[in-house]
Amino acid sequence: MAEYRLRTPVSEEDVRKLKVGDIVYLDGIIITGRDQVHRRALELAAKGEKDKIPVNLEGMALYHCGPIVKKVGDEWKIFGFGPTTSARMESVEADFIREFRVRLIIGKGGMFEKTTQGMKEYGAAYLAYPGGTSAVATSAVKRVVDVHWLDLGTPEAMWVVEVENFGPTMVAIDSHGNNLYTDVLSRAKKVAEEIKAKF
Amino acid sequence: MSDLRESIKSGIVTMMREAAFNVPRDVREALQRAYEIEDNPVAKANLEAILRNIEVSGKTKLPMCQDTGTPTFFIELGEDFPLKSELRSLIEDAVRTATTEIPLRPNAVDPWTYKNSGDNTGRYVPIIHLELVPGSEMKVIYLAKGGGSENTSKLYMLSPVLGLKGIKKAVIDAMVDAGPKPCPPIVVGVGVGGSADMALKLAKKATFRRLDEPNPDPKLAEIEQELLEKINSLGLGPMGLGGKTYALGVKIEWAHKHPASLPVGINTQCWAFRRSEAVFDSDGNMKLLVPP
Repeated sequence: MAEYRLRTPVSEEDVRKLKVGDIVYLDGIIITGRDQVHRRALELAAKGEKDKIPVNLEGMALYHCGPIVKKVGDEWKIFGFGPTTSARMESVEADFIREFRVRLIIGKGGMFEKTTQGMKEYGAAYLAYPGGTSAVATSAVKRVVDVHWLDLGTPEAMWVVEVENFGPTMVAIDSHGNNLYTDVLSRAKKVAEEIKAKF
Repeated sequence: MSDLRESIKSGIVTMMREAAFNVPRDVREALQRAYEIEDNPVAKANLEAILRNIEVSGKTKLPMCQDTGTPTFFIELGEDFPLKSELRSLIEDAVRTATTEIPLRPNAVDPWTYKNSGDNTGRYVPIIHLELVPGSEMKVIYLAKGGGSENTSKLYMLSPVLGLKGIKKAVIDAMVDAGPKPCPPIVVGVGVGGSADMALKLAKKATFRRLDEPNPDPKLAEIEQELLEKINSLGLGPMGLGGKTYALGVKIEWAHKHPASLPVGINTQCWAFRRSEAVFDSDGNMKLLVPP
């Protein structure tokens, strides 16, 4: 198990170094995107209108997060910055990685086979942020740099956020086809059968 | 009378604020113990982040989790308490105020249009379970229930021939199915008997018993302990990433049942167990019991 401190954007070489069980802290820009950001960005890509995506996502960290925000004066302030359940994005994440070459996906609860394969093929990793630890995540926020697609509502909009020492995140899916969630779950299923047989 | 209403309303807002920035002491202590006995580095890092989050939330008054939950109230209303039928509108008022002041994330959505009401109130929301009891006091338990851990609730309508074995198997199945989803370490509530709806209500109610307080029935206390050990031996660990502690406690509640039914309700509660308890006297004075 290694510990890394990475600054975004990250290179493919950096991502390929990461192995499941490693711990990563992030500096720099992270971009939020949950259900609606995936839908809209992929629709634009399908129409050949990638130039309408307001930020360059290459090498970036995409965070499954619907923040609690409030406008204070002219500035947006974040009051909640914890992760949301990643499983909802499972059906589209591999496509998103292929189209936009994001290198890090941050979320909670894990992702499955299709994403694991996509990460292996295009060079990306999944970082698990401890679920529910919103106060710690919020205190790692330096500032809101920008927000796009606010018409989707504040939780679904694309927030461009500068963070410092954002973490700990754990590498739960690496770019070599390893998935810590599915490993742990398949072991648990085996143990469960043994336990139930003895009741 | 307006003074009474005002002080109950402000008492409820206080309960909601306390729950947003704190977890009860027994939960904090159980998480601390889980951290101390853990030797899996990923699990330890998760537990450390959780403990730090509790500290940061308490100090900075940033919400513990960005999902500030569905406002849920379990109320024991004394029959001589001076306020009764107005209680719902008064609690709704308190929820609106708390949502703006704390602030809480608006979590009440119309299931047909997906329109968010914006203030955490709506049809049947806040969720209120009311029971009439003797006396002149009102006891309130407030729960800010997160969506992730509510989604892993389960109802099993077992065949009564399966008995205790069937109940235990159902609990294990529910945990494997829940996996990383309910933000473990969790508290597991098991409601046995009654009816379909009653089993689920009892399961949620069961989670309110303190973690260091075993079931008053020694036989059930033994089953709770056995299930806790078996659940943790699955190795799911904090956040489902492996480790020693998936559940902090298993709590059972029960009711008599129909001869042909064996309902088993299971409620899961994320580590961010945001709950407060208070007693209001007939003048509206509040005594906060939990947290701390």
